[in-house]
Amino acid sequence: MINNYAFRKFKNRLFFVLCLACVVIAIVPLLSILYEVIARGAPQLSWEFLTQGPGTIGVSAGGIGPAIQGSLILIGLTSLIGIPVGILSGVYLAEFGNNRYASAMRTVNDVLTEFPSIIVGITAFSVVVLTMGSFSAIAGAVALSFILIPVVARTTEESLKLVPNSVREASLALGAHKWRTTLSVVLPAAKSGLVTGTLLAVARIAGETAPLIMTVLGNTYFFQGFGQPMDALPLRIWRNALQPYPELQAQGWGAALVLILIVLALNIGVRLASRGRFRK
Amino acid sequence: MNSKENTEKSYTEQMRPDVKMQSIGLNAWFGQKQALKDINLTVKANAVTAIIGPSGCGKSTFIRTLNRMHELVPTAKMSGQVLLDGKDIYADEVDPVQIRRRVGMVFQKPNPFPTMSIYDNVAAGLKLTGAKKGKNLDEVVKRSLEQATLWEEVKDDLKKPGTSISGGQQQRLCIARAIALQPEVILMDEPCSALDPIATAKIEELIVNLKNDYTVVIVTHSMQQAARVSDFTAFMYLGQLVEFGETSGVFENPKNELTEKYITGKFG
Repeated sequence: MINNYAFRKFKNRLFFVLCLACVVIAIVPLLSILYEVIARGAPQLSWEFLTQGPGTIGVSAGGIGPAIQGSLILIGLTSLIGIPVGILSGVYLAEFGNNRYASAMRTVNDVLTEFPSIIVGITAFSVVVLTMGSFSAIAGAVALSFILIPVVARTTEESLKLVPNSVREASLALGAHKWRTTLSVVLPAAKSGLVTGTLLAVARIAGETAPLIMTVLGNTYFFQGFGQPMDALPLRIWRNALQPYPELQAQGWGAALVLILIVLALNIGVRLASRGRFRK
Repeated sequence: MNSKENTEKSYTEQMRPDVKMQSIGLNAWFGQKQALKDINLTVKANAVTAIIGPSGCGKSTFIRTLNRMHELVPTAKMSGQVLLDGKDIYADEVDPVQIRRRVGMVFQKPNPFPTMSIYDNVAAGLKLTGAKKGKNLDEVVKRSLEQATLWEEVKDDLKKPGTSISGGQQQRLCIARAIALQPEVILMDEPCSALDPIATAKIEELIVNLKNDYTVVIVTHSMQQAARVSDFTAFMYLGQLVEFGETSGVFENPKNELTEKYITGKFG
């Protein structure tokens, strides 16, 4: 009897320790990456590094200004295209998606969510780059939108489904039309889920590299126009990592840190801005 | 064509001025399951009509056909007519949105809009339907909350979330939200089932007062509540209307054996 109890207690302990061990295994690499990036990237940060274009090898290392500018433009342009389309698709799936067409769309959407990003890049390359005849910022934003839209659509649908039906009925019973109910009652009720889901999606596209290789290409100049090639942080990190020069590799670490900081700042900023009166 | 016109006309003629709503040969289904069978019932104007019956007898389905909320359930179907002031609310040219504007509804569980303040909840009907033009919102909100006997309790907290007050207050808020639109009929689907006795007493008092201005149809599980607040009582069982009449008659002298068994607590 006693033995049995001791054994059960031991199993309980064992289970707890196993869970803890898994958490440690998951977190250690993350922390070590973060540590490396900060330790190697932080010394790079300076006003010049953030604002200047790349310098000449041997003369001055210069900075990653164009890459920062390019990434911000890409994030903005992609959000502009992807977030409205994604949210409206999600609204359709959640509020009007009670038919066979929508369930087919849902399946396709789920497949797109897991699509290899290099294929998205090739798609944007053949659709936009070849048509326009040049690598361009627009092509990059289109490629990133392909990645953003399904994720935003999915999270929108999930957040809207969490809104209790009684809230919709309350609005419809007042004589409000369906679109008005969706816009003024359901979407605000799902706001925190929407914001979180959208942010995660934007953070994901901010770090995408493969589609950019095929679309914005990367260069060393500041913004030249939406129809022109452009630099971006993930591209800069990737190219610098391939360089034999230690200064450029060090710059890559700095660029990595900046990218992480941008995603973090986006996160905190949007969260603060969208903090409503009725936040729980 | 001709016969349809004739029947419509005869229904209209049948309608006495004190009859607000009437269901004629009303059937309703959820998928294959028939929830209402041939319901013929009249709702008198400026009176409280109570619908009682055991769970699953179709009470809620019935009142949801009165403002076309029934059809929002994906598998729902219905047949028959529901007249509001003598006109069929299921006629082709009728937009359900207009019907719901005239026939308001209070639900079983209080469901104030979670993202809106108390004030905005009451004003929501006017804002969502674009009916606020030329109206003094402050006045409408105050009057509706007063009619719902909630004004004194919340007048200093109008900016607080609608979900921050107690369950009983929330239900009165929902009633205020419904009457802010000044509907002609108010449907209540077991409005007190989630409330304690004190909150219930307040809402019952409110229901009795509401009939001065509105026609009220209330679904209730509590026979005592039906006896206390209603002028007419309908007893439903298994999707059928078993008995309907003045409340005193139904409770003191039921004509149907089933009704008698139910109100004396032998089943249900």
